[in-house]
Amino acid sequence: MSGVAPIIDATGLRQAFGSRVIFSDVSFTVQAGEVFAILGGSGCGKSVLMRQMIGLLPPLAGSVRVLGQDMYAGAADIRTRIGVMFQAGALFGSMTLLENVMLPLELLSDLPYAARVAVARVKLGLVGLADSAGKMPSEISGGMAKRAAIARAMALDPPLLLLDEPSAGLDPITSAGLDRLILELRDELGITVVVVTHELASILAIADRCLMLDASAGGVIAQGDPRLLAAECAHPTVRAFFHREAVAGPSRTRGA
Amino acid sequence: MTHPAAAPAGAASLTVRAHGNTVALCFAGRLDVPAAAALWPATLHAAGDPSRELVLDLSAVQACDTAGATLLLEAERAHGRAARIIGAEARVAAVLALVRPANAAPAGQPAPALRLADRLRAVWRSAGDGLAFLGELMLAFARAPLRLRMLRWADVLRAADEAGVRAVPLVLLLGVLIGLILAFQSLVPMQRFGADIYVANLVALGVVRELGPLLTAMVLAGRSGSAFAAEIGTMKVNQELDALATMGVDAMTMLVLPRLLAATVMMPVLTVLMDFAGLVGMALVLTGFGVPPVVVLHQVAAALVPLDFTGGLFKACVFGLAVAAIGCRAGLATGVGPRAVGQAATSAVVGGIIATIMLDGVLAVLYNRLGW
Ligand SMILES: Nc1ncnc2c1ncn2[C@@H]1O[C@H](COP(=O)(O)OP(=O)(O)OP(=O)(O)O)[C@@H](O)[C@H]1O
Ligand SMILES: [Mg+2]
Repeated sequence: MSGVAPIIDATGLRQAFGSRVIFSDVSFTVQAGEVFAILGGSGCGKSVLMRQMIGLLPPLAGSVRVLGQDMYAGAADIRTRIGVMFQAGALFGSMTLLENVMLPLELLSDLPYAARVAVARVKLGLVGLADSAGKMPSEISGGMAKRAAIARAMALDPPLLLLDEPSAGLDPITSAGLDRLILELRDELGITVVVVTHELASILAIADRCLMLDASAGGVIAQGDPRLLAAECAHPTVRAFFHREAVAGPSRTRGA
Repeated sequence: MTHPAAAPAGAASLTVRAHGNTVALCFAGRLDVPAAAALWPATLHAAGDPSRELVLDLSAVQACDTAGATLLLEAERAHGRAARIIGAEARVAAVLALVRPANAAPAGQPAPALRLADRLRAVWRSAGDGLAFLGELMLAFARAPLRLRMLRWADVLRAADEAGVRAVPLVLLLGVLIGLILAFQSLVPMQRFGADIYVANLVALGVVRELGPLLTAMVLAGRSGSAFAAEIGTMKVNQELDALATMGVDAMTMLVLPRLLAATVMMPVLTVLMDFAGLVGMALVLTGFGVPPVVVLHQVAAALVPLDFTGGLFKACVFGLAVAAIGCRAGLATGVGPRAVGQAATSAVVGGIIATIMLDGVLAVLYNRLGW
């Protein structure tokens, strides 16, 4: 992979629903082989930003280039080279977990059936769901659904993986296992990972760089190495985030 | 003996070399998903001979992702014994090490298809469930006066609006059309005997006693039985029923009774409208054929006794109760998963129609015995 061109290059992104501006002037780059974290309070627009990055929601202003292509101008279907895990999992309820993971392989690769089964089993094994391959999404726990969704996102071995809150709802041990998996995928396969997360431990363990959004600021309030931000950023919200403090302000309940 | 497997130009390739008692699979290029797809059959075929030692020569492999690693491990599995892996670059070896534990033998077989005995048992059980539902329903009715707070009149009105008021245009349209069609169809043969004015008697009796309640019940089953099932089913899928249960609220009283009440009250109203529309449709045809409206009116009045009317309305109440109960029961019995709500709605409509026709038969015998 060329070290020069960034995997994701976002400039001046803006999004509003009606008259409500969610964020504006969001710019950042994600380099190849990086684990990039998007942080911020609930409702600040992390999932919206993610939808913009994967080509599902055209930004009102600005542009996103992913893997060298403009997400909203190119005819080339870059989306098949991006693995996405949605916040709610988005598993297909009428298919078993194995079939869920096999679906992208079936639609977008020429692997024969036996190979699809084997590859899909490996992906489920990587997230620790080897024994649940035959279960339906309605029969598994919320954390298992997250992991199955990650397995499906990895199905085609995409060079870029975007995960929306992969470890929300997981116990600390499973979530640490997931962190390790993300690092292993990055180290062994050289893939790039963008992850939306709230988990401090996870951020500090895996993220090379991070971007913090804030609803009241309407955009990016900090960007950089999370360890440095934790240590020396002066912005009160950033400090509060990394030190788990409540922030006094009109929109927060004190002492809750 | 060497035979390179077919591979797209510039992509990964596989060369199979057999020497004495070893068979070497020499891979080259990037082992990614397209490569795995291209090389899969050839690899498994070449590795399938357990009498020779399997060697996986990865010295020309530039990169390997998890699909490529799966291919290598599946080759090993097809072979039945561990393979000797040579020449793997550090990164390729690392991917293999990452994937190997995940590629354990598949555990657990898929569930066997439902056997006939299981199906019969399921039918038997659902019959039992239906009976239990009736019992619970009666209990809920009996307890309703004590639980008035849980019986929300706003829900009754809303259900009455949706099941009744909004069905009025459809019912009127259907009624007029049925009256038109029946009158027209019977007019032609009756005219030959000069009995055209008796078409009024025929249609009036048929619509008021039978078709009015029956068709209205079909409309109710299709419009509202399915809607009841889908509403309650969605609540169940979203665990809203569980939430109600934890609040100590009885789903029967809060969700089922209002819908039953609404349907039972609205059905006779709709039936009256259907009857009326049917008679209007019939009158349109007859006047079109030159029978004066006064005569039609007179014939209808002569043909119908009040008991025909009330008998029909009683039927309508019974049908409404049955259709609503079956719809609600289908909703409460909703399974899990996204298809479940659709299945619940389907079984509500099918069950509602079957129950209506069966009850119609029972009531016909009953009315006959009573001499109505
Ligand atoms: N389709 C939409 N229409 C209107 N408003 C929307 C839409 N999608 C998102 N929003 C609003 O945009 C804001 C950001 O939503 P988003 O889902 O990105 O939050 P988030 O940062 O991912 O929060 P969380 O951490 O809770 O997932 C929210 O206030 C939400 O109400
Ligand atoms: Mg979100």
